[in-house]
Amino acid sequence: MLHRLRFVPGRIVQAIPVAIGVTILVFLMSHLLPGNPAVALLGDRATPDRVAALSKHLGLDKPLWLQYLIFLGNLLRGSLGESLSYQQPVSGLVLHAVPVTLSLLLFALVLSLLISVPLAGLAATRPGGARDLAARTFTLLGQGMPQFWVGIMLILLLAVKVRAFPVGGYGDTAADHLYYLFLPALTLAIAMCPTIIRSLRASTIQVLGSDYIGTARSKGIAGAQLFRTHVLRNAAIPTVSIIGVNLGYLVGGSLVIEKVFAVPGLGSLMVNAIFARDFPIIQAVALFVALFVVVVGILTDIVYTLLDPRVDLAAAQGAAS
Amino acid sequence: MSEQPLLSVRGLTLGIRHKNDSVTTIVDGVDFEVAEGERFGIVGESGSGKSLTLRAIANLLPRGVEVLSGSIDYRGRDLVRMPADGRRRLAGPEIAMIFQEPMTALNPVMKVGEQIAESPRRHLGLGKEEAHRLAVEMMRRTGIPDPARRAHAYPHELSGGLRQRIMIAMALSCSPKLLLCDEPTTALDVTVQHQVLRLLERLCEDTGTALVFVTHDLGVVNQTCRELAVMYAGGIVERGKVKEVFADPRHPYTKGLLDSAPDFDRPDHELVAIPGFPPDVFDRPAGCAFAPRCVYAVDHCLEASPPLEPVLPDREAACFESATIFERTPA
Repeated sequence: MLHRLRFVPGRIVQAIPVAIGVTILVFLMSHLLPGNPAVALLGDRATPDRVAALSKHLGLDKPLWLQYLIFLGNLLRGSLGESLSYQQPVSGLVLHAVPVTLSLLLFALVLSLLISVPLAGLAATRPGGARDLAARTFTLLGQGMPQFWVGIMLILLLAVKVRAFPVGGYGDTAADHLYYLFLPALTLAIAMCPTIIRSLRASTIQVLGSDYIGTARSKGIAGAQLFRTHVLRNAAIPTVSIIGVNLGYLVGGSLVIEKVFAVPGLGSLMVNAIFARDFPIIQAVALFVALFVVVVGILTDIVYTLLDPRVDLAAAQGAAS
Repeated sequence: MSEQPLLSVRGLTLGIRHKNDSVTTIVDGVDFEVAEGERFGIVGESGSGKSLTLRAIANLLPRGVEVLSGSIDYRGRDLVRMPADGRRRLAGPEIAMIFQEPMTALNPVMKVGEQIAESPRRHLGLGKEEAHRLAVEMMRRTGIPDPARRAHAYPHELSGGLRQRIMIAMALSCSPKLLLCDEPTTALDVTVQHQVLRLLERLCEDTGTALVFVTHDLGVVNQTCRELAVMYAGGIVERGKVKEVFADPRHPYTKGLLDSAPDFDRPDHELVAIPGFPPDVFDRPAGCAFAPRCVYAVDHCLEASPPLEPVLPDREAACFESATIFERTPA
């Protein structure tokens, strides 16, 4: 089993040039935004002298390539610079926010699987039937509604009207976190579900029609046991890669949703930093998100390999090189 | 009671029921019996309904196709009218099935040992360890080398012949009384085909398992079965003992099939194809389904459908002209 994961170290090495590219993009993009951070920090009425002094202090007067090298050097030493607006090391701020965002994403992923797997299974057992129609209507609705609007509606419905959940925030204990993150996670899950349901429904229909399901039935296996042992793992294989791709989009969505629900994660940090033109934070968050997507890509390949014994990415890599 | 056949199919009619209540009949009134330990072959072209008949016995009819009338009695109990969970209890320990494509008929993401162990765990109440031991033993009995190691292989890691042996091990793991084989050797090389047939025969003899063997390959039936039914366009056209039917066919279609198959004992014997194609399910002729292709057909054949009637001792054929045709040209 493990020998099929030989591809992982190679994949990590491949990720290094990607990461360097990401740092260049992240560094450049924040510098291409209009407005000098020194001006932003000091306000409109600052004298040119003070702006110049602060620019010199922040290193903004140095040539761009030198600024990048300094940025990269600091990065390698684990320093992401100092936040302009918070006057604190960025690494501390980001490290504080990362677990929040990761829990939110994980929670959203678990919720979307809890919703999608049964719905897709029900829809696939009788394509064109009533349950299939219901599941497909749900996917259409889920796809048609903008995430932030779904979030606001959930707040209005479940937090303001019914008062079952908090309007926003994160809470203090682990149980609190789950409770506070439920609505934002559900919002993200509703956005994620349609893609999963569509893919899983299609692959389940295909699997149910395959010969080995006939074999399993000829052994007297049916119902939930059939679904668990023979259908799900086979049907999940194409869906896993789709989830992997969509997790990247989900991060983007989570940044906005965090703001809607006042969750103190990377999204809130990022949005505040954008308004404050706080370059170091923007860079750090963008960098983190990009690396997250790279890691998710590798994880997807690992899950894919573990699910499907026919896949040997190490052999594929060897053949390609 | 001892005379009761193991399997008795009576007037089995399969078809599709459409939304407007009209029906398309695919298999029409099939009758046959299989005694305990017997080996029975069903021969026919693609679309003759032989596989569907087998799938009806196995309760694996494709969605939309249903039993319109008739009965399938297994040890005196009608499978057609049996509740679903009762039928599932029979699937495995009483009635097992082997499929045509050993590649697609095995779950690609499950170790073959686990797939063999599944049925004994469910039906014989064996624990994980015991079932695994039984699976390895079954693999050994089907002649798979190094079964303890191979039990941990996935289907794609094995050759076609080994995969079909896995299928056989799986089907026989609960010592069924009846084994349904849907062209089990069609996807295999001829040499492997022969080994697998011998193996099936030997194992069924050991366990006293009866065999219903569906194939389009006359040679395979000749090697494996004692009795056979020839199916054409959803019905049985001739039934009897394999050796006798091969030596002296009594239906023009059976004769056509035999004439179109190579015979190595008579290498200079010219192969004769049956002209035309089998009729479309949705557009069956009014009279004998074979009449449009039959060189012996007379007017009467186009008007009425001939019943399956005794023509010789132990022989039945569905042909009005059988007596005239075959008396005139003795084989």
